[in-house]
Amino acid sequence: MMFDRFTSILTGWQDWLGSLLGLAERLPLHLPDWALPQLAATAGEKLRPQPTETRDPVLLPPAPRMSKWLNWDVVAPIVVGILFLVGWEVAVRLTGIPHYLLPGPILVGQTLVQEWGTLFPSLLITLQITVVAFFCATVSGLLISILFTQSKWIERSFFPYAVILQTMPIVSIAPLIIIWLRNNTFAAMVVCAWIVAFFPILSNTTLGLNSVDHNLLNLFQLYKANRWQTLIYLRLPSAMPYFMGGLRISGGLSLIGAVVAEFVAGTGGQRAGIAYQILISSFNLQVPRMFAALIMVTGLGILIFVSMSALSDKVLGQWHESATRREN
Amino acid sequence: MPTPVITLRQVSKVYTNGTVALQDMNMTIQEGEFVSLVGPSGCGKSTVLRLIAGLGNMTTGSIEWGQTLTENHKLAFVFQEPALMPWATVMDNVRLPLKLAGEPKHKADQDVLESLQLVGLRGFERSFPRELSGGMRMRVSIARALVTKPQVLLMDEPFGALDEITRSKLNSDVLELWQEKRWTVVFVTHNIYEAVYLSNRVVVMAARPGRVVADIPIDAPYPRSEEFRTSMLYNTYCREVSARLQEAMYGVDHHPPTFAAGRSR
Repeated sequence: MMFDRFTSILTGWQDWLGSLLGLAERLPLHLPDWALPQLAATAGEKLRPQPTETRDPVLLPPAPRMSKWLNWDVVAPIVVGILFLVGWEVAVRLTGIPHYLLPGPILVGQTLVQEWGTLFPSLLITLQITVVAFFCATVSGLLISILFTQSKWIERSFFPYAVILQTMPIVSIAPLIIIWLRNNTFAAMVVCAWIVAFFPILSNTTLGLNSVDHNLLNLFQLYKANRWQTLIYLRLPSAMPYFMGGLRISGGLSLIGAVVAEFVAGTGGQRAGIAYQILISSFNLQVPRMFAALIMVTGLGILIFVSMSALSDKVLGQWHESATRREN
Repeated sequence: MPTPVITLRQVSKVYTNGTVALQDMNMTIQEGEFVSLVGPSGCGKSTVLRLIAGLGNMTTGSIEWGQTLTENHKLAFVFQEPALMPWATVMDNVRLPLKLAGEPKHKADQDVLESLQLVGLRGFERSFPRELSGGMRMRVSIARALVTKPQVLLMDEPFGALDEITRSKLNSDVLELWQEKRWTVVFVTHNIYEAVYLSNRVVVMAARPGRVVADIPIDAPYPRSEEFRTSMLYNTYCREVSARLQEAMYGVDHHPPTFAAGRSR
């Protein structure tokens, strides 16, 4: 009985899915690459005196800029996401799983709207911790890596300790930091997030500052450049792609550090962060609220990553391989 | 009476791993000469150039500089790779030596444009290195060397990585510039034909240990046209340099090396 019901639903699903995909294929969102030759040919026939059968693909016009945001790189994951959410909702409803174990996406969405007033201020507090920690990590990472490259001895003596700081699990030192800075919880959390976020910037930038083209280094030596000039005009620009890579990793890590610190500190009241809201919701078995908070943290993480990527593209755009588009 | 510009006396260079890169090298380069150093890889020809440039220290011996040189901007170096800063435009790359010397920007720009004019790169001031071809990048590198108006130009296999057509074009361009400006040029290459075409002296070097084995003056008048490349005189010189190079590598009564015979050294 049960099985029969399932198969009928499944076949119904299949049809629906098929029609959805078919629709997606037919939507004129973005002309696929294979459609371009035809388009170019029809446009070109009016201009060209004699239409040729063999068309050189190199001469084709680039895709119009309008379709930049409507291409399959964007549409395909959105379709997958929608399918997943629909599947989730259907599964929750079919199995009748209680919402304190697994809420459906619609319920989560409703909770998100309802609880926005309490969750969003908490998110802003977490964001504040993250941004301050990230800023501290960037400045300290950059300065210390510059110090390291100025003297091999400083690097030799101190780098192992930076590694040790990195390898200590943050969860295990967070309570200690919170005890030490018990009068200022905000500072304690910033320190925790800073410890997590600091190392990728330090190690990446140090690597970058040391990976200077040796011919350029010789050139600077030949023209009697001083230490300062070599740093400003050669080492720092050379390290920029590495530094940017460090920023991208650390941006996400400072958020993780802030969340972990909030979990460990478990402080409520006026300055409760989003992680504390997750914690409280779990105590009260408000699972939909947990999901809502989780979505907000994830959204924040994505936002940080995207803005760091945009910054990286902006800074390196004109010269670095990672940020330039090649027309092959 | 020619004036010596660079004099190497008993110059030796031993690397810390024990490799003797150069042994008791003596060489005098006169003002306005175009001298090529030719030799198999590992003969220390690049080491000589680097020592002259002051990059790295020699183990023994000395290098003397002629009196006619002014202390500032007396030499420039062109590397095998263009060695350009990828984040900077052509203009900024060429301006670098002047910037490092503390010259104000508006004053430097005139020299930069002049230098770009010399190598035929006007109109590419705002391009980035990645937008240029290999030959054009090398031209930027040469422009950067010329921007300080050097008296001595050191070139370390500058065209080694370029294709033959680009290479011969750059060869004749460099030669033309040299006739106009009369710098002293020390040019390292492993290409015999290039060396003979460009130089008024070819110094042949041998490896293990690095040393000079022949010093061959090329008595052919400048300007040297493309026809010179196919002339009898050119071929005679190429053959001579090639023979001395063979001697240096395999001994006087040399047998052509065969891979099957397993020659003992």
